[in-house]
Amino acid sequence: MDLINAGDTAWVLASSALVLFMTPGLAVFYGGMVRAKSALNMMMMSFAAIGVTTIIWVLYGYSLAFGKSNNGLIGGFEHVGLAGTLDQVVGAEGHQIPTLAFAMFQLTFAIITVALLSGAIADRAKFGSWVVFVILWISLVYIPICHWVFAAQNGEGGWIIDKLKALDFAGGLVVEINSGAAALALAIVLGKREGFKKDPMRPHNMPLVLLGAGMLWFGWFGFNAGSALSAGHLAATAMINTQISTAAAAMTWIIYEKLRNGKATTLGVASGAIAGAVAITPACGYLNPLGALALGLVAGVASAWAVTRKYKFGYDDSLDVVGVHGVGGLLGMLGIGLLATLTANAAGANGLFFNGGATQLNRQIIAIIVVALFSFCATWLIATLISKTIGFRVFREDELTGLDTTFHAESAYDITGNSNRY
Amino acid sequence: MKLITAIVKPAKVDDIKVALQAVGIAGMTVSETRGFGRQKGHTEIYRGAEYTVDFIPKVRIEVLVDDKDLQSIVDTIVNAANTGSIGDGKLWVTSVEQVIRIRTGERGHDAL
Repeated sequence: MDLINAGDTAWVLASSALVLFMTPGLAVFYGGMVRAKSALNMMMMSFAAIGVTTIIWVLYGYSLAFGKSNNGLIGGFEHVGLAGTLDQVVGAEGHQIPTLAFAMFQLTFAIITVALLSGAIADRAKFGSWVVFVILWISLVYIPICHWVFAAQNGEGGWIIDKLKALDFAGGLVVEINSGAAALALAIVLGKREGFKKDPMRPHNMPLVLLGAGMLWFGWFGFNAGSALSAGHLAATAMINTQISTAAAAMTWIIYEKLRNGKATTLGVASGAIAGAVAITPACGYLNPLGALALGLVAGVASAWAVTRKYKFGYDDSLDVVGVHGVGGLLGMLGIGLLATLTANAAGANGLFFNGGATQLNRQIIAIIVVALFSFCATWLIATLISKTIGFRVFREDELTGLDTTFHAESAYDITGNSNRY
Repeated sequence: MKLITAIVKPAKVDDIKVALQAVGIAGMTVSETRGFGRQKGHTEIYRGAEYTVDFIPKVRIEVLVDDKDLQSIVDTIVNAANTGSIGDGKLWVTSVEQVIRIRTGERGHDAL
């Protein structure tokens, strides 16, 4: 039996728990941002994503994502039911961890990626159709992209990591650009909420939003530093870079909105933090701390600007998955091409600003375009198929009443007035 | 007997209550409400999107008074509620035909 590295294993196990914690964090973050009448439905979409994705991952998801590659496009069926993974190890010599620790870690990424999409279709999706969507989207969109980008197999694995050699440390392509492009497709297929741009759709509970942002920030250390898959220098680099970029973007978002709207808002500071964490996700293991700072400073302003574009273009990406995750992921992926340095990670690259030329930048751009196009088109097809068959959008009356009572026979709050006294 | 109804800023409710207790009123009722007057609504900003909130939170105060106490209590409320800025609210007085204390069945002045 192979020797496993106990320290590395402990860190990946802990990181898996941290990343799983992000999805309830996302539920709280999103739940606070919608109106009270559909808050439970918003949170329920995240919790359903946890359940459905886990089952898929055990049955065939892990196998197709990380099984032996077929031409760099998709894994094989040899690990169906997680067969052939017990007592196996992954990782470099001296840094080996149990395959099941890796499978668990990767599962939590799949969960939060699909949960992110629920933000684009707040207050208007049929719950059953969402569950069907999760099954199809994880199977047909997430798993292939995950394989392309994450399944390194000594040059014979996923085509983006092993052939193209684009760099993505913790999911700028797989999680962020993928979810951003898919969210745009979903928002277009489902259409605008009743009253979009007309009625105020204020977040009903800003303290919940801030709590959720804090949970995401906390979990992100598992997401990014855990992606080192070892407990050493690289994990530490990824962790401090995550902190730097997240904090910097939180500040530049509110500076930008102070100049534009006259006020620094709590939704701004929470959104900026997420934008900064998103941007550093692909880059956290390849940049030095000042590179992370530069990326975070830019990400806060870029996302704060991007989230207002939906009003111009007229698509209702309700909770700004495109503006925060799509744009942040794009910046982080390009940031690698510009700011990556071999001093941060010898297995990385030198970017344009570190005398590396445009080689890496070009690889990053190709990867961005392919992943974004594939994700957008495949998601559009899946969502349209669901719309045309079982229906994706709720009836107008149900939307106006709110989805909580319609789908879940519950309501989020009973604290108004004396309504619980008679 | 008169009913005084006052719509005031939520932040002034405590001052009004203290002032009314000082002049010795027997009771008052408050309820949270929303609305607008000349002040109109206010603007809130979420991720750069500005929303006009037409109905702003106010508190409605209702006090039943004897005719002879009316003027002093009205003055007390107006003085306590006044900040001098727009949005201080409104107060009106209506006549009340009958008042009954539910516990004892007392009517009119005795029920106040």
